[in-house]
Amino acid sequence: MKKLLLTTVACVAMPMMGFALDKPDSLKVGMTTFLTGPASVFGVPARDAMDILVANLNDAGGIDGVPVEVSYIDEGAGAEALSSEFRRMVETGGADVMFAAISSGNCQTLAPLAEDLKVPNFLWDCGTQKIFEEHDYKYVFRTQANATPEMLAAVIYLLKVKPDFKTLAVVNQDYAWGRDSWDIFSTALKAMKPDVEVVGEFFPKFGAPDFSTEISRLQALRPDVVLSTSWGGDLDTFVQQASQRGLMNTSTFVLPLAESSLERLGSALPAGQIVGARGDHYFLHPERRDDADFKAFMTEYEEKTGSVSVYSVFHASQALAALKAGYEKAIADNGGTWPDKDQFVAAMEGLTFQGLGLPVTIRADHQGIEAQLMGTSVQTGDYPFATLENIMVFDGAELTAPVGAVSTEWVGALDASFMDGLSISTFDK
Amino acid sequence: MNVTIFLLALFDGVSYAALVFIVALGLTLIFGVMRILNVAHGSLYAIGAYATVSLTGFALSMGAAPILAFPLMLISAVLVGLLIGGPIEVLLLRRIYNKPEVLQLLVTFAVFMILEDVQRLVWGTQPYFQSAVLQSLGNITVLGVTYTVYQLILLPLVAVALLLGLRFFLRHTLNGKLILATTEDREAAQSIGIDADRVFLLTFIVGAILAGLGGALASPTTSILPGMGADMIVLSFAVVATAGLGQIEGAALTALMIGLGRSFAIYFWPEIAVLVPYLIMVLVLLVRPEGLFGSPAARKI
Amino acid sequence: MSSVSTAPKTDAPKHPKSMLWIVGVVLLAAVPFAVPSLQLLVTFALAKGLAVVGVTVLLRAGQVSFGHALFFGIAAYACAFLMAAIPGADLALLLLVGTLGALLAGLCVGLFVVRYRGIFFGMLNLAFSMIFWSILEKFYHITGGADGIRLPRPTVLGMALERGPFELILYYLAIVLMVVLGWVTIRWFASPVGQIFQTIKTNETRLEYLGVSPRRALLSGYLLSALLCGVGGVLMGVAQGAVTPEYVWWVRSAEMVFIAVLGGAGSVRGAFLGALIYEIVRTYASAYAGDIWQMLLGAFLLIIILFAPGGLIGIFGSLAGRAVKEDAK
Repeated sequence: MKKLLLTTVACVAMPMMGFALDKPDSLKVGMTTFLTGPASVFGVPARDAMDILVANLNDAGGIDGVPVEVSYIDEGAGAEALSSEFRRMVETGGADVMFAAISSGNCQTLAPLAEDLKVPNFLWDCGTQKIFEEHDYKYVFRTQANATPEMLAAVIYLLKVKPDFKTLAVVNQDYAWGRDSWDIFSTALKAMKPDVEVVGEFFPKFGAPDFSTEISRLQALRPDVVLSTSWGGDLDTFVQQASQRGLMNTSTFVLPLAESSLERLGSALPAGQIVGARGDHYFLHPERRDDADFKAFMTEYEEKTGSVSVYSVFHASQALAALKAGYEKAIADNGGTWPDKDQFVAAMEGLTFQGLGLPVTIRADHQGIEAQLMGTSVQTGDYPFATLENIMVFDGAELTAPVGAVSTEWVGALDASFMDGLSISTFDK
Repeated sequence: MNVTIFLLALFDGVSYAALVFIVALGLTLIFGVMRILNVAHGSLYAIGAYATVSLTGFALSMGAAPILAFPLMLISAVLVGLLIGGPIEVLLLRRIYNKPEVLQLLVTFAVFMILEDVQRLVWGTQPYFQSAVLQSLGNITVLGVTYTVYQLILLPLVAVALLLGLRFFLRHTLNGKLILATTEDREAAQSIGIDADRVFLLTFIVGAILAGLGGALASPTTSILPGMGADMIVLSFAVVATAGLGQIEGAALTALMIGLGRSFAIYFWPEIAVLVPYLIMVLVLLVRPEGLFGSPAARKI
Repeated sequence: MSSVSTAPKTDAPKHPKSMLWIVGVVLLAAVPFAVPSLQLLVTFALAKGLAVVGVTVLLRAGQVSFGHALFFGIAAYACAFLMAAIPGADLALLLLVGTLGALLAGLCVGLFVVRYRGIFFGMLNLAFSMIFWSILEKFYHITGGADGIRLPRPTVLGMALERGPFELILYYLAIVLMVVLGWVTIRWFASPVGQIFQTIKTNETRLEYLGVSPRRALLSGYLLSALLCGVGGVLMGVAQGAVTPEYVWWVRSAEMVFIAVLGGAGSVRGAFLGALIYEIVRTYASAYAGDIWQMLLGAFLLIIILFAPGGLIGIFGSLAGRAVKEDAK
């Protein structure tokens, strides 16, 4: 807080804008995240992780000797407060780069705002694929995947491990993510396995405290597969209630965001359910868990917060990694001197960087290409909660709609053979 | 209509209605007696749930049996009533009884805002889930569908017991009669020596305990997380207004209507389920402005 | 000052005080140059302030609506749908259509709710707004669900503008609307219809003896309040660039009543003053005390209600009155 005040004062005194490009005293980043409201299950871990990562980065000399300073804006304070605060931070707070946002709705509001303010903005966590499919942006980049590869990975994993299912029901939160993810999932499923019958579509309201009636209905319908892209408290409640009432014995659950609920669900998530992580985000990432940086961070994070990392922590690490890699590349392109905003933006295109997951590449349309990890829940007893087995890591490039394509059309044109040509790494656990 | 589905929807509706009724009960009691629509009721509900989860979690970690959660629910509810409800009445509401309705309502709204942040400061933002007690009661299978005993049998029983208990309290105990008398005519009650301040305090504490109890009873079935109170409060408003403000039996029937309406909607037209409580409310109020059971002039509970 | 002007004239303080208000407006007009970072915040505050005046109108008749965000939202959504249908529509058209939408909705809802008083009036308004909210949330494919719809920048008198100049125009439009609609509302209070309307608060039965229909009077006030909320909603939606169901959520309606009381229940100028202070406190509290901003606002409101029942306008009035008296000595 005090830091923010100081930076405000400092920056009112010293107008920024790229003229004499000496190294700045610090690189100021504004990050929007949910500190309040239901989505704080992602926002707070991401902030905690960002604090750790930034401290470590600055201890190691920052970016080319320039320390990074992050200030946070609460997305839970409402849309007006968010956009005025976003502007304040850019216009008078001297923020050089913004990380916004978690909510897809906020991304859709802030992306055009960032573009107008000409401030580089990383869509660091939101899922909607529409942003770059419907608009072109110069200053906006996404340092992670979008809903399309996330849902495609879930569909393909399901078809690989349970190829013979006949019926499916969906219980999603009633807001853009729940609806859009179902659009993509169902389109892909119909394209690749046309004989599946959708026997029930439920969109209980966002934040619904009770799914008892939906569960009764599902028990009467007896679908082979139940899909839910819900998250946070909604997913916890749904899984707990379904597991208590034995629905998970008769239907296989596909839960593309359940990685973020594993620890909270404890023993309530039985073995054999399909779990996703919105990218290759898993605290026991099979390709990363033996790397020193990964292990060190996971230990530090767990010590500081008392919890294991969830996907938003990975997304935060990717945004910071992109910032560092982007500046380093721009500095190199600029003959070793500190770049201005436009040089930084130019360096971002085609950039490859690595956070806690596998490397991510920014494509020509500014969409990030990120690997996808899916697995099946198992209660091994090593942890007081379910972990994953039979893990598949998908190549993000193959699952992301090509530049210029509209996801739902592209996905709808796929067929069963699409699955065969994919490069997938598999791991027992 | 398929009989099985009809019965299933009925069961779901009843168990949902039970919980809604318990929360609405406290709200309507407070309104009936004090003429204050307590927005902070939703926060008391949430805090009751949080307190239960914390106490139960602590008890379980000490090796207690899950069934012990029941007394802990009651303890949490009473704590909410005494430690939060009591001070709200004494320190805030007591000062504004002669102010306009809006101000009274806004005071409770301000308390609601404050308590929302208090919850976050005390319990953080991560959802809690503590269903040991629900699991300990086991399941029951009806018509091929598995229900938890807790939701299908226990909650409706508790709701009925509370309804009867409150009726008994109001009509057959001294404190209850004092409350009724004060409701009927505050000045007359005071002139015959009833301490109206004490009656209001008692009422508010009982109402707050009921809110806390609603949260406590809901806690094993749902994620406890920030914002849960804001949703519950609108729903209980709908119940209370539809029933007629201050109508206890009416609230029971209305909760049942809303519960059944919602569960039938989920079976036959899931998309409108969320609209049901408000549609019922508007339709009822358009035909009967004072609510199903309300009488426009007299204050009665 | 409206709340003073009905009282018998005490002469001296009145004139300097209205001067103060003019100074206030001039200061506001200087904001984009003096403190540009506040410009958007003030635009939001004035948009909300207009809606709060709508709530204030009803407060004058002793009625509290807990659902006036409905008209705010309807106007904003009307604009968003219009922009989707006619890309590049003009701001003037948006203002017209949005306000008409709110008026129409006000007529439909008003015809029902004017039969009710007190808590039922409030609850019924709440119910209507919650129904609209549920519809917005539910019919995702039309309304964009909880994420709402984008509201691209309209043209201004045929000119397509960059964000900077556009927002400047919007800002001054907000100020002009504040002054004009504020004045209209104050005049309306003084008009015969307005006088009858305000009698609903004190003695409705007397109106009936006079052969005046209180419902009709209430309806006319209700329409005015819906119109004001509609104008506010248009401004907010256009300034925000997006509309979401949150515009209609009950907390938003409660916030309007909150601001009305904060500013000084029943006072038009207080509504704007309250909205400004509220927005500033809210924005800075959420920036510097992210964990407890709601608590701060709640405490602020409690203090006002318990210790300054006249609201900010009351505090302001007594301060200004004292200052004027000091001067006179």
